[in-house]
Amino acid sequence: MREELQELNKYRELLFMITYRDIKVRYKQSIMGFMWAILMPILIVMSGIVVRYAYVLAAHKQLQMADITSVAVKSLPWAFLVSSIRFGGNSLILSNRDLVTKIYFPKEIFPLAAVMSSLFDFAIAAVALVVFLAVVQVHVNLSLLWVPVLLLTLIALASGIGMVVAAGSLFFRDVKYIVEVLLTFGIFFTPVFYDVRMFGDKGKWLLLNPVAPILEGLSACITRQQRPDLSWLAYSVGFAAVALLGGYVFFKHLEPAFAESI
Amino acid sequence: MSDVALRMEHVYKKFRKGESFNSLRDLIPALTGRMFRQQELSQTDKREFWALQDVSFEVKRGEALGIIGHNGAGKSTILKILSRIMKPTKGELMVNGRLSALIEVSAGFHQDLTGRENIFLNGTILGMTKREIESKLDQIVAFSGLEEFIDTPVKRYSSGMYARLGFSVAAHVDPDVLIVDEVLSVGDYVFQQKCMERMREVINGGATVLFVSHNLKSVTEFCQRSLLLEHGHIVEIGPTPQVISSYLNRSRSEHLKSADSKSVVISKVTVRNAAGECLRFQSGEKAWIDIELTAYKRCSKLSVSLYVTDEQYQNVFDTSTERLGHGNFILEAGEAFICTFELQLNLADGVFHPSVIVYRYDTQTEYDRWAPAKTFYVSSDQDVRGAANLFPKVTRHEIRSKAASVAAIASDEGRNLA
Repeated sequence: MREELQELNKYRELLFMITYRDIKVRYKQSIMGFMWAILMPILIVMSGIVVRYAYVLAAHKQLQMADITSVAVKSLPWAFLVSSIRFGGNSLILSNRDLVTKIYFPKEIFPLAAVMSSLFDFAIAAVALVVFLAVVQVHVNLSLLWVPVLLLTLIALASGIGMVVAAGSLFFRDVKYIVEVLLTFGIFFTPVFYDVRMFGDKGKWLLLNPVAPILEGLSACITRQQRPDLSWLAYSVGFAAVALLGGYVFFKHLEPAFAESI
Repeated sequence: MSDVALRMEHVYKKFRKGESFNSLRDLIPALTGRMFRQQELSQTDKREFWALQDVSFEVKRGEALGIIGHNGAGKSTILKILSRIMKPTKGELMVNGRLSALIEVSAGFHQDLTGRENIFLNGTILGMTKREIESKLDQIVAFSGLEEFIDTPVKRYSSGMYARLGFSVAAHVDPDVLIVDEVLSVGDYVFQQKCMERMREVINGGATVLFVSHNLKSVTEFCQRSLLLEHGHIVEIGPTPQVISSYLNRSRSEHLKSADSKSVVISKVTVRNAAGECLRFQSGEKAWIDIELTAYKRCSKLSVSLYVTDEQYQNVFDTSTERLGHGNFILEAGEAFICTFELQLNLADGVFHPSVIVYRYDTQTEYDRWAPAKTFYVSSDQDVRGAANLFPKVTRHEIRSKAASVAAIASDEGRNLA
């Protein structure tokens, strides 16, 4: 394990190079250019607003700006997670097939590079979000210091899942489709369009989804200037750590068989 | 650091034939099925085969080792194990220093990136640092000869340009151990020469080289020692010329195993000088080639053709018993036939392969062919190049004064006019 991590460190330039390639290629071929990074989150936010509007209509209330900011704050990280897992999962079998069978280097670079390039998209969209938040006058406050912790947890989770899915879909063709379905419907089991608070006591079942405490935490510290729920955050951090470590060990365990199984 | 650059000890590699379960949907029923029917396990065992068995060898620092063998003998598997793309099923493996593989040199290219971007991408994939690539960028570009197109996306490159760029990057990695697999066949003739030149530089620079090729000539040129692989076993390891000749003999005995269906086979070819069997000759020397045929059925109007090819298997010379005025002959089943060709080797320095064909003269039916049957080496005291040695001498060598040469031209013109 230690040796493997040292080797990964030795190849870090390659990780940046592959990330750079993925980003460059994504923007080079698209008419929209950087709009691409924003399009997907905007679509999620719009659908979130529609769903939210339905709630308030049913409850005979008014749509609040806080509802919209909350949806926006949670949509971006969700889009990042989905794109990391989707690109990461396909990174061995689609875009880098030749490299997997022909040249030696630590292959976890591919799913990790997918996470990093998705993070780049996320950063661009985040700039737009910050502008939006500034316009609607969200207050700067100390609880924002929790944001990096929450994001790091999310990145760890995305990397762990990405590695598992990448290795899994190399051996079994249908893993890709299963994951695709999970990603599509996952949004309904994750508090992106709604808040866990709306469910009252039953909300804790939704928080068992390790992504939920992260998104709720982000929403809490950005839109409500509150500290995230620490025990649930600890749960997510623990889950992400296990996913990252377990995903890495799983990936490294299967890696020697990649070239002959692809 | 020891002087051994790489070593394989009792390496085994097992592969599975046919499709394994490659979707969860197939795997789950198969696993539950297997719990009830034990015999299925032995069936899967039958579908496995050994690509390498008990392979052990070592290469010293600065040495070049050739690996030869038929397709499927396990050459590429050895290279893949050495470059750590595959893990051996059993056995130990040691590589001392940075290893670089010239296998599929353009595998890391991305179609939409420019040549320059791909140099950086591929360079990093091959283990160079960004700084290292920056310092060698000009060299790499110059080597590829693609200065004009370096900022064009590689999807607009021709396949030759593509391969050239790939090789140029790979050739500048400066490895301690270099693995080369049949990549020298990229590009045009000029580029191939450049690649050979670069290989020589790398070898002279003290790198250890492992060279896999079907081009026996390049193996002979680069490697003092070679290894012959057959069905995953090392059959022979020793001086290259010796290994190559046993490779050719073995290919022949494989061929003879299936000889039952043939009417006549070439059973033996020997190259000798006046003293006996010999594979090294001086230019201009005489060589005798003994050919033995065995007939399994009655055949008539037979003739034996002998031809000699150069290192690139281009025909240099070609003759036959029939064309040399010995008519054609009849063999009854069980009879053998022996003939000897005497050749004067007016050949320049190089490697040559005699090949033999036995055919029926009037219908042009080929009964058997042994190509190349042998390999022999010709050396010459003079520095003459090409296939043939015309034994040149310079009989005049002078410098004329300007006035004299003008006069000579004038007199030439005068002669032309007249």
